[in-house]
Amino acid sequence: MSLLEVQGVGKSFGAIRALSDVSFSIEPGEVAGLMGDNGAGKSTMVKLISGNFPPTEGQIRVGGKACHFHKPLDARAEGIEVVYQDLALADNLTAAQNVFLGRELKKGIWPFRILDKQAMIDRSAELFSELKSETRPRDLVKKMSGGQRQAIAISRTRLSNARLVIMDEPTAAISVRQVAEVLELIRRMKARGVAVILISHRMPDVFAVCDRIVVLRRGTKVADKPTLQTSPEEITGLITGAIRAA
Amino acid sequence: MQPSQPEAIQESHASIADVVGIMEQTALQKLRSSQAFWVSVALFVLVAFMAVLEPSFGTAENATNITRNFALIAIMGLGMTVVLITGGIDLSVGSVMGLVAIVAGLLLTWHYPWYVAFASGLLAGVACGAFNGFFVAYIGMPSFVVTLGMLSIARSLAVVLSGNQMLYQFGPDAPIVKAIGQAKWPVHSLEGWAPYWIPQFSSHFWVMVIMALALGWVFIFTAWARHLFAIGGNENAARMTGVPVDRIKFQAYVFSSFCASIASLLLLGYSGSAINAVGTGYELRVIAGTVIGGANLMGGYGTAFGAVIGSAFLEVIRNALLMAGIDSNWQGAFVGIFIILAVLLGLGTSGKSLKSFFTIKRD
Repeated sequence: MSLLEVQGVGKSFGAIRALSDVSFSIEPGEVAGLMGDNGAGKSTMVKLISGNFPPTEGQIRVGGKACHFHKPLDARAEGIEVVYQDLALADNLTAAQNVFLGRELKKGIWPFRILDKQAMIDRSAELFSELKSETRPRDLVKKMSGGQRQAIAISRTRLSNARLVIMDEPTAAISVRQVAEVLELIRRMKARGVAVILISHRMPDVFAVCDRIVVLRRGTKVADKPTLQTSPEEITGLITGAIRAA
Repeated sequence: MQPSQPEAIQESHASIADVVGIMEQTALQKLRSSQAFWVSVALFVLVAFMAVLEPSFGTAENATNITRNFALIAIMGLGMTVVLITGGIDLSVGSVMGLVAIVAGLLLTWHYPWYVAFASGLLAGVACGAFNGFFVAYIGMPSFVVTLGMLSIARSLAVVLSGNQMLYQFGPDAPIVKAIGQAKWPVHSLEGWAPYWIPQFSSHFWVMVIMALALGWVFIFTAWARHLFAIGGNENAARMTGVPVDRIKFQAYVFSSFCASIASLLLLGYSGSAINAVGTGYELRVIAGTVIGGANLMGGYGTAFGAVIGSAFLEVIRNALLMAGIDSNWQGAFVGIFIILAVLLGLGTSGKSLKSFFTIKRD
């Protein structure tokens, strides 16, 4: 049974047709690349899967169950997590505080239910060391590099044992060494049975980690091929429209 | 959990941190970069200086007066700090004070028990906060606009309800109301334990201490406060990580009005009368106090201690100027200058240094 099934999904914003009749599925532990030019509908697709808004038509099934997400928390409850392009970090908080933002660990009894700061710092340190990141839990995010911020955003998804992690341009703003680290992390998530949808413009990254590549153009799916049966040239042609469909 | 493991990792990366200049903040560094700490130092120096220079400044009576005067501003400052941390501002606190005083005063003149009057006053104040919070949090209007509107609405309601009369015939519960507003502890008396050099702190002061300690506790230990700071730092991030942003912002405005209501009721008790002009212009003093104490108008920063120490600093300056014989009409100018100076200093904590501020000007 597929982890995620997108069936005939379309989305309109008033008169603007962002997506029409897109179908694909993701298996547990599969890494799928979602590619397409700007305005091809990638972001809309991500927002549909992550519950920012419901589709106009078609349906999204998670683990065989039809889901109607109205807010990100609904999708999160089904084990779908997103690492956003702008990483959604609060600069005035520390790394550990950002990792646990919105799901802080607490101890004690109400009304004296307080934050369990040491537990959150220890757990964050564990997550960062798994990522081989030099991020330290008590540092303020304000002073951090792109790679460190990425580590924090990825650590968030690891907290909740997500079944499907959607990564929106995770390698766009970081150093070469950190790119290798992020790709390695994606492989580690895959090894643990976590499915990943990787959205990226960087062809080498996509070909390095993805099992399958889905290409969108002008709101429709034009290709859905195993990575081994395609080439960067073909994908580029599909994205630009030089090749109509595959 | 192996506590040794993260430590070892942090150590092995210490050299990298040195190179890129990212250091984990130690307690001392936090203290040194804290505006509230430097204001405390300045306040201490100012008090010591004045005590030597002016014999009537260092008396227990003057300490009683100063602590009572700034306590109300500090109480409102606690609420203002919460709103400022979310990145908003509450301009209505002074007018809310006026409305609360008139509502409570009217019920007292109609011979209702004091607790009914106080509860109704609080209810009226909290309703103003709920109005502010609703339009800011759920409708998404700028806090400046909504609370500026409330500044006008609440003051107007106070004038209408009072019939533009001063209320002072408070019925049978008047002594209780006065006792609440004028209570002191410890009391100087022949059989009392307190020596005369200890100031007789007012009820205003003690209410402020209790509220500041409670809010300080909330800031340090609760997830609610963590979310408050996250909203001020990056509202979008807070929303995406599942923080109930709208609800928390709403609560911030309700809390601010609640603090203004408490301040108003204490002042009502102290003066034994209610006039609809109570609190006029207080919003400026409250904002000045909190900003001097280190709260940031752009959101994301602020402490309970800062609200108290900033208000205390303003009041001591005011008191010192009076004793130095400077016309009290100059006070507004000083308050204004201190707001500008505090925000200028605060630019350092919000990522822009004073130096970059001046270089931008030159470009």
